[in-house]
Amino acid sequence: MINKEAKLSPEVFKDDIKQAPTRNGYGEGLLVAGEADKNVVVLCADLTESTRSEAFSKKYPERFIEMGVAEQNMATIAAGLGISGKVPFISSYATFSPGRNWEQIRTTISYNDSNVKIAGSHAGVSVGPDGATHQAVEDIATMRVMANMKVFVPCDAVEAKKATVAAAKIWGPIYIRFAREKSPVFTTESTPYTPGKAEVFWESKKPQCAIIGCGPLLYNALLAAKELEKIKIGTIVLNNHTVKPMDERKIIEVAKKCGAVVTVEEHQVAGGMGSAVAEVLAKNYPTPQEFIGMQGVFGESGPPNEVIEKYGMGVKDIVSAVRRVVKRK
Amino acid sequence: MNLHESKIRFLEETANKIRKTIIEVLVEAKSGHTAGPLGMADIFTAFYFHILNHDPKNPNWEDRDRLILSNGHICPVRYVTMAEAGYFPKKELMTLRKINSRLQGHPHRTALPGVETTSGPLGSGLGQAAGVALAAKMDGKKYRTYCFMSDGEHDAGNTWESAMFIANNKLNNLTAVIDRNNIQIDGFTENVMPLESLRDKYESFGWHVLEIDGHNMQAIVDAVNEAKAIYEKPTVIIAHTIPGKGVSFMENDFKWHGTPPGASDMPGEPPKAEQAKLALKELRTLGGKIKSEHE
Repeated sequence: MINKEAKLSPEVFKDDIKQAPTRNGYGEGLLVAGEADKNVVVLCADLTESTRSEAFSKKYPERFIEMGVAEQNMATIAAGLGISGKVPFISSYATFSPGRNWEQIRTTISYNDSNVKIAGSHAGVSVGPDGATHQAVEDIATMRVMANMKVFVPCDAVEAKKATVAAAKIWGPIYIRFAREKSPVFTTESTPYTPGKAEVFWESKKPQCAIIGCGPLLYNALLAAKELEKIKIGTIVLNNHTVKPMDERKIIEVAKKCGAVVTVEEHQVAGGMGSAVAEVLAKNYPTPQEFIGMQGVFGESGPPNEVIEKYGMGVKDIVSAVRRVVKRK
Repeated sequence: MNLHESKIRFLEETANKIRKTIIEVLVEAKSGHTAGPLGMADIFTAFYFHILNHDPKNPNWEDRDRLILSNGHICPVRYVTMAEAGYFPKKELMTLRKINSRLQGHPHRTALPGVETTSGPLGSGLGQAAGVALAAKMDGKKYRTYCFMSDGEHDAGNTWESAMFIANNKLNNLTAVIDRNNIQIDGFTENVMPLESLRDKYESFGWHVLEIDGHNMQAIVDAVNEAKAIYEKPTVIIAHTIPGKGVSFMENDFKWHGTPPGASDMPGEPPKAEQAKLALKELRTLGGKIKSEHE
């Protein structure tokens, strides 16, 4: 059942739950961060509206920097700003930033220890109709492997806003992942959110499997938990929003409590959040694990939910993965 | 404004001293680049000993001029010049490229105060300089930002993205200096990937372009002063330099781009000790010439 302390939306399991894309939370968060700190500046590579940098650009035009289609340059200029007292947020689609400009991020932001926040929108296959060129499914891996880089993956628009505001206050390079498509807004302003601290959203009385997720797919994990409860398979659903630095203590705790783990992410299973969980568990408490995510293939065009289902990330896929992993105990 | 004769002599002699130390440091390090550092010794000297508004004892001083080195591989000349200027003890130079050293093979910002940025991978220095200059404009700061670049890194698209951005934002508080020495690792720049006309390219991008002899102290200082006076545009100084300057068998030879004196993979070159001895001998001769010219 829902963990009451998580203070999730009372509409969490209603069919008409409010929907909004997590990128909206970025746009709202920028306004809050910009008001709190005059050193917050926003850079965007010709995608001001769709990355939701637009509201900031209108409210603070003197702190908004249009880059044109030049993601590599955006990273290097932000690096210069970030070592000169500014708090730059660089905004584009995740395939381009941190995709195209990975080396600039590595050398001039991460190793250079510049105070830059990288906002990657349109992450995951839920980008839908635009197709695989615009569906970033490698960004968690390529960012979490980098020394001195933190990785935040908010699960809905409300959490995305909190993550953006938090990132502005934490010194150092941070990657924040956002999605294009609308998804259920199931957390609330009161839901606890602290970077680096995973939160239990669902806990059955006798949990047999921990479902550890991040990003909007976490909602599918909750739906799967509800289905599994009906067939008497108890679970814990953990919101693992900070992929790096990961809440290792909590990961180990739920693995010990359940004895089996399913990780859920809209990303390649190789190198993603699930891999990061496996790294923690292999070292501390080896646990059978199944990985929901992209299985080493590119996505394709289609309505977001159909793409999610075709590539094995639907509710029924999570239910099957839990059943499989429980048998492996 | 003409530099006083004694100032020019001081700068030239300091640059030559720096060249000799570069040879000694590279021999000790057993790896690193030779040609670029020797070729840029005059320009680095002019900046650290005349042009820059800086304080070696307070490298993080908020209002200092920023000197950003984009082509980090020529850092031996920066390290030696910084030590000569009093940023850190000269004996530390002998730790270059060794374990636990602040003098990384390519400069690292958080390792050594004063190097301003981490650099090495080419094409990303001008953008960082642009960010630093833009922050100064936003905050109403008067410091100037200089970006030293190689000619070879003009093969990289990021360089031109930055050039476009800087002109568009009228960052007249930024001056770029290109070490136009015509060599890169694979050969002469005009054979590897022709860059000419570099002047026309920058002018068409909206920059004010100056071309100078990069070994002439008066010309270096004059160009920087002119750049400060240009209000509407950023300025790029294309400094024509001789790679390996001062050592006849290294001058204009691209084989010396990435090789320290005496490296075993230099076919047909004299053995290490002899080679370095020869280089130092030539630089002493050059020192004598500088002295006699000013007497």
